[in-house]
Amino acid sequence: MSEFALHISNGIINGPVSAAFGAVAIVGLAIALARGRADLDDRLAPMAGLVAAFIFAAQMLNFAVLPGVSGHLLGGALAAILVGPWIGAACVATVLVIQALLFADGGITALGLNVTNMALLGTAAGYLLVAALLRVLPKTSTGLGITAFVASVVSVSVAAQGFVLQYLLGGTTDFAGGIGALAVAMAGPHALIGIGEGIIAAATVVTVAKVRPDLVYALRRFHSAPARAEAAVPAGGAA
Amino acid sequence: MNRRLGWFLGAGLLVAVVLAGVVSNFASSDPDGLESVIHQGCELNEDGEIVGGECVARQAQDHELGDSPFADYGFAGVDNDVLGTAVSGVLGVLVTFAVGAGLFWLVRRRGGNGATAKAPEQGGAAGGR
Repeated sequence: MSEFALHISNGIINGPVSAAFGAVAIVGLAIALARGRADLDDRLAPMAGLVAAFIFAAQMLNFAVLPGVSGHLLGGALAAILVGPWIGAACVATVLVIQALLFADGGITALGLNVTNMALLGTAAGYLLVAALLRVLPKTSTGLGITAFVASVVSVSVAAQGFVLQYLLGGTTDFAGGIGALAVAMAGPHALIGIGEGIIAAATVVTVAKVRPDLVYALRRFHSAPARAEAAVPAGGAA
Repeated sequence: MNRRLGWFLGAGLLVAVVLAGVVSNFASSDPDGLESVIHQGCELNEDGEIVGGECVARQAQDHELGDSPFADYGFAGVDNDVLGTAVSGVLGVLVTFAVGAGLFWLVRRRGGNGATAKAPEQGGAAGGR
């Protein structure tokens, strides 16, 4: 096993575009931390640390999606459900920074590209789906599991197309067949990766919801919907 | 942080440590979705190195910290892939938790009900990293 790179390496996207996405990442994370601070209490802060650590661990677990092709969880949708979109984005970014600095995974000049795709785009897309689905689905284990699954599939697909956009803007060589072919080539395996991630994310959030429903951000945030008023009780009291 | 939350965090960390330290050695070592796409068009040898053809990954440059002791989720001090991955995985989980929880603890909203902006006894915890 000569290489175990999981993220965009140096040199794939040119310097100016990498730097521009570095700026996007910094501004995006600053906004996320500023907005997320309202959610961050004494309970959510250590929980967010755990979510980051869990995503780090899950990203090491590559599963086969096609012959000769694997994939791993990205974590944006999972983080958004457990700790909310703002802190969730910061959790995924924390993982990516540690991977780049400590494990030489994902180039340092490519860090802004990776953070934009997986932490910002992936979490935002995942949360939009969560917000929409939890308004219509019941707040049961099944409803939450379906939400996590669908949000993960969409989140991974959007993050993958983020790379296509970056390649369109600053790819250092031509992809055979052009940018449309790159979009298609990225979409296929990442739809399958999203399905794998969806299963892991659904199992994780359903488990947490059974043990400590008050620690699931999405259940607290959307508890005002019609069904299951009792879901609101532990959220307020059990801290 | 109360005791029940402590138990939950401890159990969660234990799961993460087992996933990263043990289960990770059973993970697929095939290239992931992105890697396989950027290698399309190139011929690779058994070690995954490019030996011919044209592909996006030809432009890839070495990592700035490629010589770091934990590069590529191994451990330079151990000549054993399984052990190296285990050391890297456990270290990564603990460092990620420490950095993440530390960072979020520092920027968290102070005061129980929002009204009291700063609680003096919490100031001491801020230095913990």
